[in-house]
Amino acid sequence: MQNSFGEPQTIVLLGGTSDIGLAIVRELESAALRHVVLAVRNPDSAEAQAAAAGLRSPKVEVSVMAFDAVLSDTHSTFIDSVVAVVGDLDVVVMAFGVLGEQSAFDADPAAAARAVTVNYTGAVSVGLAVAARLRRQGHGRLVVLSSVAGERVRSSNFVYGSSKAGLDGFAQGLGDSLEGTGAKVLVVRPGFVHSAMTAGMAAAPFSTTPDKVAEATVKALRSGARTVWTPGILRVVFSVLRHLPGALFRRLPLG
Amino acid sequence: MPQMHLSRLAGWGRTAVSGARLLPVNDSNVAEAVRAAPQRGALARGLGRSYGDAAQNGGGLVLRLAGDAGGALLDIAKREVTVGAGVSIDDLLRVLVPQGFFVPVTPGTRFVTIGGAVASDIHGKNHHLEGSFGNHVRRISMLLADGSVAELNPALRADLFWATIGGMGLTGVILDVTINVIPIETSKCIVDTTRAHDLDHVMTLMEEGDDRYRYAVAWIDLMATGRHLGRSILSRGEHATREQLGSDNDGPPLEYSPSVLVSVPPIVPISALNRVSVKAFNAAWFRKAPLYRVGELQTIAQYFHPLDMVGRWNQAYGPRGFVQYQVLVPVGEENALRRVVERLATSGAASFVTVLKRFGAANPSPLSFPAPGWTLTLDVPAGTRGLAAMLHELDDVVLDAGGRHYMAKDSHTTPDAILRGYPRLAEWQAIRNSVDPEGVWQSDLGRRLGLIAAAY
Repeated sequence: MQNSFGEPQTIVLLGGTSDIGLAIVRELESAALRHVVLAVRNPDSAEAQAAAAGLRSPKVEVSVMAFDAVLSDTHSTFIDSVVAVVGDLDVVVMAFGVLGEQSAFDADPAAAARAVTVNYTGAVSVGLAVAARLRRQGHGRLVVLSSVAGERVRSSNFVYGSSKAGLDGFAQGLGDSLEGTGAKVLVVRPGFVHSAMTAGMAAAPFSTTPDKVAEATVKALRSGARTVWTPGILRVVFSVLRHLPGALFRRLPLG
Repeated sequence: MPQMHLSRLAGWGRTAVSGARLLPVNDSNVAEAVRAAPQRGALARGLGRSYGDAAQNGGGLVLRLAGDAGGALLDIAKREVTVGAGVSIDDLLRVLVPQGFFVPVTPGTRFVTIGGAVASDIHGKNHHLEGSFGNHVRRISMLLADGSVAELNPALRADLFWATIGGMGLTGVILDVTINVIPIETSKCIVDTTRAHDLDHVMTLMEEGDDRYRYAVAWIDLMATGRHLGRSILSRGEHATREQLGSDNDGPPLEYSPSVLVSVPPIVPISALNRVSVKAFNAAWFRKAPLYRVGELQTIAQYFHPLDMVGRWNQAYGPRGFVQYQVLVPVGEENALRRVVERLATSGAASFVTVLKRFGAANPSPLSFPAPGWTLTLDVPAGTRGLAAMLHELDDVVLDAGGRHYMAKDSHTTPDAILRGYPRLAEWQAIRNSVDPEGVWQSDLGRRLGLIAAAY
C-alpha cells in the first residue's frame, strides 16, 4: 500500500536496467519502501545484477525476475508471479523499449517490426496485465514512459516515434478505463534524455537527464497528474509542433 | 441483497484513495454479505473519520452497517446503554443528553460510530482519570468470520473482547455494544482556561493540576519558536451542575441540539491552510485566550467538538489532503517529547490544530494506543515539502523513547514502527488468527502495517 505521501512499499520496474527507470526507483525510495522487482530479459547479466546491488539495503529487498517484452503470452503469468513475491503492486514503471536507428530500419523492415513489438505490442500485453491486477486490488499506479517522439512523429525516427505514439494513446486510454477503480496511469513524455539508450547521439534541444525525468515523474505521481512532460517547456513546444502544417514541419531541422 | 456500488474511499485526511465495493448492510443480512466476500476480504466502515486507511479495503468489500439511535436501550438503573455499532456518538448524544446522561468517552468529533469507537479504542479529554472507550464497554456482540455471532465481555472470551477493543475492525464486524453512561445535570460544561508560556510550563501545570478536573487538554501553538516554544492554552473542565448554571441561563438545562454552522465548499483547489495563514491564526488565537479564567460555561459542542461546527473542514486542506500525526511518549521520556515539539516548530510545518494530552493508565487491550505518558497530535498538509522524511525521523525519536503511533490516525508509518511500538502485536495476531484463519477481515491499514496475513 502507498502511504499518504504517495510513498510505495513495492515497486516493479519493467525494463529493470533502464537508466530512467532506475532513477525513478531511486527517487521513490523512502523509509516505507520494502521490495523492488527488476524485470529484465536476462537476470544473470552483469548489468541486471549491478542494478539490483545498487538498490539493495537492509530495509529494501530486491528481486531480479525474468521478463521478455516480446513474449506477450507470458505477461499475465509474469504479473501473477510478481504478486506472489511482493504482494500488492504499489507502483509499476514501464520503462522497456528500443530506440534503433531509422536508417537501419529502412534497410531491415523485419528489425523495425521487432522494435515495434517491444515498444508497443509488448507494452500493450503487459500493460493490460498490470491494469487487471491494479483494478483487482483497488489501488496502485502504472507509470508509462512515453516520449515526445510520439507527439508529432518526425522522419528522422518515425518507426520509434510511431511506436511511442501508439503507446501513448494506449496508456491514456488505459488510464481512462481505470477511472473510479482507485488505480491510475501516469504518462511520462520526456524529451531527449542523456542515457545509455542515446549514448553517442547528438542531443536535441531541451535535452534532459534520467534524474530530472525521475524528479518530474515522482512529483507528478504525488500530485495525482495523468501526464507529465519533462522538461515542462516541451508541452508548449509540442503544442505548437503538433499543429504546424506539414510543409513547414518537414523543413524544421529537428534531427 | 441490496445493490453493490464501486466506491473510491479515503480517510478523513483524503490521502491514499482505494476502490472497494461499498455495501450498506444491517444486522440481518451482514452475515450473508460476508459469506459472499471476494478474496480480498471484508471490513466494516463507520463514518470514515479515521485519518488514514483504517476503514478502507482496496479491491475488497466494505460494509456500512445501518445505525438507528432510536433503537438504543438505556438502562437507567444499571447506567448503561446498548446501541447498534453503526450509530454515531452524535445520534446517541441526542438520545442520552436530554435524559441526563453522557457518553463515557468522546473524541474531538461526535461523528464517529460506536463500532469505530471500539475498534480504535478512542480516547478523550478524560483519559487521565477514566481511560479510553474500551474501559467502559460492558459487552460486545460481534459477527465472526465463520458466520456465527459471538457474545464478548471482560469475563466471557476476554481475550477476543480485548483484541476487539483497539483491534481496528480486524477481528469481526461489531454489531452492538453495551457501554457505561455517566449522569449529567446539565448540557453545559464549566471550563477553566490557563495560558502557559512554554512547553515546560504547560507540562508542569498538567502534571500538577489535571487530576482535579475530569477533562483536560492543551492546545499548543506549534508555530511559536525560541522562548515561546510550546506555548499553550490549557483548557480543563467538568459537566456543569444545575447550581453552576445559575439563573441567567433560561431554557431547559439538558437542552441539546448542536448544529453545523458553516461548511467548507466541496472543492478547494489549493490548500487554504498554509504557513502564513496558520501562523497568523495560531498567534491570534493564543493572544485572544485569557491568561487565566475560571468557571466559563460552554455547550457540549463548544467544549468537546469545536471542529464539528465547520462542516467538511478536512477539505480546507485542498486536493492533496492532510496528515494527522499522533504519537505517545511515555512518562519519563519528556525529553523525547521536547525534541519532537522542537523539531516540528523549527521546521515551520503549518500545524493548525496541535493538541497535547496527558494519558492515565492503559487498559488490557494488546493494541490499545493510550498508556501513561503524553500524546501529541497535529495536522499538517500532506503536500508540505520534506514532511514525509521529517515524520519518519520523528518516528525514530518516538520509538526510541518507547512510544508508539495511534493507528486510527496513522497514514504514513511502517510495519517495523508498529512492531516496535506495540510489543504485544504477536499476541493480538494469535487471537485474531484463531477466529479468522482464512483471513476474511482485511484492510488497507492492515496490509500496509503488516497487522494481518494479507490476502492478495
